[in-house]
Amino acid sequence: MTAPGSAPDRGAPPDPATGRLVVVGASLAGLRAVESARKAGFAGSITLVGAEEHLPYDRPPLSKAHLGAGPGSEPAAPYLREEAHLREELGVDLLLGRPATALDTAARVVHVGGREVAYDAVVLATGSTARRLPGTDHLDGVHPLRTLDDARAVRRALEARARTVVVGAGFIGSEVASAARGRGLDVTVVEAQPTPLARAVGAELGAHVAAIHERHGTRLLTGVGVASVEGDGAGRVERVVLDDGTVRPADLVVVGIGVVPATGWLEGSGLRLDDGVVCDETLWAGAPGVWAAGDVVRWPNATMGETQRLENWTGAADQGAAAARNALDPAAAAAYATVPFFWSDWYDVRIQMIGSPVADEVLVVDGDPTAAGRWVALYRRGDRLIGALAVDAPAEIMKYRTQVMRGGSWDDALAHAAARRERAAGRAAGPAS
Amino acid sequence: MKITVDYDRCEGIGMCESLAPHHFQLEDNGDLTVLQAEVAPEDVSDVEEAVASCPTGALRLQ
Ligand SMILES: Cc1cc2nc3c(=O)[nH]c(=O)nc-3n(C[C@H](O)[C@H](O)[C@H](O)COP(=O)(O)OP(=O)(O)OC[C@H]3O[C@@H](n4cnc5c(N)ncnc54)[C@H](O)[C@@H]3O)c2cc1C
Repeated sequence: MTAPGSAPDRGAPPDPATGRLVVVGASLAGLRAVESARKAGFAGSITLVGAEEHLPYDRPPLSKAHLGAGPGSEPAAPYLREEAHLREELGVDLLLGRPATALDTAARVVHVGGREVAYDAVVLATGSTARRLPGTDHLDGVHPLRTLDDARAVRRALEARARTVVVGAGFIGSEVASAARGRGLDVTVVEAQPTPLARAVGAELGAHVAAIHERHGTRLLTGVGVASVEGDGAGRVERVVLDDGTVRPADLVVVGIGVVPATGWLEGSGLRLDDGVVCDETLWAGAPGVWAAGDVVRWPNATMGETQRLENWTGAADQGAAAARNALDPAAAAAYATVPFFWSDWYDVRIQMIGSPVADEVLVVDGDPTAAGRWVALYRRGDRLIGALAVDAPAEIMKYRTQVMRGGSWDDALAHAAARRERAAGRAAGPAS
Repeated sequence: MKITVDYDRCEGIGMCESLAPHHFQLEDNGDLTVLQAEVAPEDVSDVEEAVASCPTGALRLQ
């Protein structure tokens, strides 16, 4: 969108005392945008527009602690900040419970319900929404897991000891399966692809990660799709029929088949939409004063040499802060680049990935992925370390993130891995403690 | 300035180590060790970034 050599006109900076910053999407990226604007000294007005009734809350716990069998009732909602903090300390105008329906980049207004909210700078942070399974909207007991309301419904079903079928062996579906198994329930995970998690960690390691399910008593069916989800006549889900004719009885079906960026409301805005809001390296969305952050963004990530759309906590938090800083000082807009990171907790196993699985070679450098217990694998692109995956190896993973950040070489990564193995062997042979 | 950790919240995710490796270290069992609680002025921005990047909000710098 920018001709090489010419600086784009990203818009004038909002007046630091009287300017109007509007943030659309009241979740992690939106909240971080607000906080970073205030931290940068912006004293103008900030309006935070959110489709949900809830104050901004944290999503990772929704498929983890929130679903676990604890004593007593439902855990507290994982709100990120208290309302008083948002309104009084951060001075935010909260417009919750109604979605923005349109962005007018010429008039510089966001349409929310019947209102027009004017901006000097706007940060689009509407995240992503869960993909639905066609033909299941009318059935009780079929849920995605994206929102607090979804998590509450899934938790209630687990409390009622639902026979559980999870459609999609991605991270969120796998966490739900873990929670259900943790309660001793019968769980089946159905994955249409022959190998789960191929896009996230690569096909080879995806199979190894997925094997964690079988080790914990979760039935995993791969390479088979869902033919239909059937109800009992009263509109409650009763069973799932698979392409190969298999029938699984189900009181709860959790649909974890991925997310789509929430850009529907931006159709007709003139912004470039292509699996996300297409941004430049500074998270500028192409119209004066319009920036974007979080799951909704597709942007060129120079550190990884890929154009990416992230779907993880760290990316959303960082981009929220970066987009707001740039929105307030467009002439000095800084490129945002990162080594992506996500974690996921299955059963008692922690899975962590840094960097990219788009690689020429994948090598296990520690442990045995075909057995229970810790292991580490590295991804090579050209002569560079480009990613790392750690299963129950929390002391290892971030050292590789630092290396990828620096553009570290494959040889250096292998030398580091060898040194870590030696250290571990030394410890094992050392005096028992 | 000084780092404090709320160990009731910390889940050993390790973002802090990747951003400020001279101050934070994850152990094999996932426990977090603070290598230096006192933060020198030249390290403040790295540690601030580490604090902001903690998904469990377990870190403070004050
Ligand atoms: C169950 C679950 C578990 C997860 N676990 C992990 C994990 O372990 N590790 C990890 O790294 N990541 C995890 N993630 C991913 C992480 O939570 C997301 O990447 C992060 O929430 C993205 O933040 P965001 O602010 O960009 O978007 P979102 O969190 O998707 O929020 C966008 C907000 O915008 C609102 N909105 C949408 N359209 C409009 C509109 N038109 N007007 C106004 N508001 C609108 C939505 O209602 C929503 O509240 C998990 C996600 C889920 C759902």
